[in-house]
Amino acid sequence: MLQEKITLNSDKWIDNYADYLFNYAVVRVNDGDLAKDLVQETFFAGLKSAKNFQGKSTERTWLVSILKRKVIDHYRKINSKKGQAEVRMNFYDNGENEGSWIEERVPQSWDNASEKAIENQELKTQLEICIDNLPEKYGLVFRMKTIQEFETEEICKELNITTSNLWVIIHRARTQLRKCMEENWFNN
Amino acid sequence: MFKKLHITCNEATTICDRSQYKEASFFEKIKLNLHFLSCKICRLYTKQNKRMSGLFKIQALDCKGKMNNLSQANKEVLKKQLQEFEV
Repeated sequence: MLQEKITLNSDKWIDNYADYLFNYAVVRVNDGDLAKDLVQETFFAGLKSAKNFQGKSTERTWLVSILKRKVIDHYRKINSKKGQAEVRMNFYDNGENEGSWIEERVPQSWDNASEKAIENQELKTQLEICIDNLPEKYGLVFRMKTIQEFETEEICKELNITTSNLWVIIHRARTQLRKCMEENWFNN
Repeated sequence: MFKKLHITCNEATTICDRSQYKEASFFEKIKLNLHFLSCKICRLYTKQNKRMSGLFKIQALDCKGKMNNLSQANKEVLKKQLQEFEV
């Protein structure tokens, strides 16, 4: 049985796929303006390489694969930029205390009263501020893994990182978030 | 044997993070629980980490209910740009 070959219909791209692609991008870059630019670049790139479309996948799948590359390129650029926010380490990294808590970084007890306010809107806002303050790559990986609940394998494939790299990022992101919430909410 | 089961606080917190996503192995969980016997700081960290996971879960549920769409005005601009690009 012959499968019908799919052809491109760029006149309908915006109506059919703009929202889907925008949502896809905004989840990954957490920035509406940047997501808009990436979607625009995706459509342009799609038009440019339309002659390479073989009709084996749907238009949407093909456009998503272009957008995926754009997102990865964006993160590659960020990675190569110097001056990324540093995360202070919690543990001694050498000597006889290696792997133990650095005294000043030991978790503090949290005020229990704040537990009652767990669904409080202010708490959510503070959490969002703390997430936004993460270095961009940490924020992306953390959001994809924890908020969007993507599979580890999927994130690694998409961002071209190893599993151990992912867990280091998650660990550092969570440590930084814990500290941020401790300073701005739980002990406030 | 003891050496295999012994982990540092640094390793313990990493396993604790993985277990928040149900991705720590059975052996790792044993090592973590043994570590807790001698380290109350990591016990506290884990307790607080679980609480943080609860907050993240609420955030995740909020986020899932949201669909980000491009505004109609943005779509019109984009359509124009694509048409110009094609010409």
